[in-house]
Amino acid sequence: MSSKNDSRPHFEETIVNHSNADITLPAWFVPAAVVCGLMFVVSPVLIANTPYEATMGLVQKIFYYHLPSAFMFLLGGIVCGIASARYLATRNPHHDRVAWAAAELIVLFGVLTLVTGPLWARKSWGVWWTWDVRLTSSLVSWLLAVSYLLVRRYGGPGSDRLAAALALFGMANVPFIYISVNFWRTIHPLTTVVPTLPSSFGVPTWFCITAFLLLFVLLLRMRVRLEAQRARLDAMYLSLDE
Amino acid sequence: MNFARIAWLILRKDLTVEVRSGEVAFTTLLFAVSCVLVFAFAFVREGIPPQGAAPAVLWIAVMFAGTLALGRTFDRERQSETLRALLLAPAGRPAVYTGKLLGIVVLLAGLELLLVPLVAFLFQEPLLAHPFWLGAILLAGTIGFSSVGTLFAAMLVRARSRDMLLPVLLYPISVPVIIASVHGTDALLQDHLEVGVLRFWVVLLLCFDVVFVTLALWTFEALMTE
Repeated sequence: MSSKNDSRPHFEETIVNHSNADITLPAWFVPAAVVCGLMFVVSPVLIANTPYEATMGLVQKIFYYHLPSAFMFLLGGIVCGIASARYLATRNPHHDRVAWAAAELIVLFGVLTLVTGPLWARKSWGVWWTWDVRLTSSLVSWLLAVSYLLVRRYGGPGSDRLAAALALFGMANVPFIYISVNFWRTIHPLTTVVPTLPSSFGVPTWFCITAFLLLFVLLLRMRVRLEAQRARLDAMYLSLDE
Repeated sequence: MNFARIAWLILRKDLTVEVRSGEVAFTTLLFAVSCVLVFAFAFVREGIPPQGAAPAVLWIAVMFAGTLALGRTFDRERQSETLRALLLAPAGRPAVYTGKLLGIVVLLAGLELLLVPLVAFLFQEPLLAHPFWLGAILLAGTIGFSSVGTLFAAMLVRARSRDMLLPVLLYPISVPVIIASVHGTDALLQDHLEVGVLRFWVVLLLCFDVVFVTLALWTFEALMTE
């Protein structure tokens, strides 16, 4: 056990022990950040040099940022859901921090997706928004992530478990949202034809996906570290009170 | 004490309190009626209601009133410390959840019994033409909404800003319930009844109910442990 006197409560040690691993940044962090930055700087050049797509021309190039943002939006959802389930099962604060960080990334990449999407839609389909399955499901999932953050911020004590339940319910809900919106839309035929995303995964697509994935991991790690530092500060304040 | 007995005792307790005081029932009913009236004033132009407004108005009124009822029911639990007593009692947590869920469903069912004729009357739609299908959609939709609502309301009992947070959490999760319930009810009102469409929405609602009641039963224990 600890070499200090027994008056230090056990849960403080738990906080310190669980947060140590999260607080120190791993060795790969700074090199990865440099690589990520360089990739983002290079990406516009790479995108500008790719050939124009046949039907949409210049407008299609927003796809190279829109698609990775959407992928990271989905990845954030998966990470948040799994971390929430693990937190509810084990009560390890590390999973709670990961879930919270992932929820913030869902909101961030969701905003990027939901902004670049309509910008592209306006030019290629002529409308800012259609009640397409993917768009509507993404919007609802994004709203769920925002409500997660509101619970964390304004929920008071016990909000960590409530938010974990919300994330779990949200993840379970995704197929229902998709099915209900899909059937809702298909029984009333759409007036605009919604094309599927081009399936030619060329170099710039993978390059941008890698850059965004690196960004996701870096942001997640930094955010988890922030929460761990806050937890450590709380433990220090508590130990001062004795 | 077995599961069914505990759930029944909790349900009976809630119903007894409601019958004696009528607080939640009457105020929720009045709110729902006012809500429907406001929608009527907003949508009806020159005495003619718009097509397809009735199912939407019905379900929005049910959901708004349901949110208030959930908040108020659990607030009452908090004030008299009964929730803590329930959690301390040797009763399985899933049974406690089921009892509370049934209480809310009974309350909302009673509300719908009064709201459906009112909406049918104000919006001039033959809502009561196919009572079996209407009953199926109402029941499945109400259980779906209440299953998630009961869990979140129970969890939010001690939270700050619980009145604001309950709708913020509940409505995005209830999106499939809204879509399925409104459009299922809408399918009822068509001239020729498309049973395939109706069956799809009812089955979707039932699947939602099964999945989310199961999830709630699983997580209630983990969430309510102090």
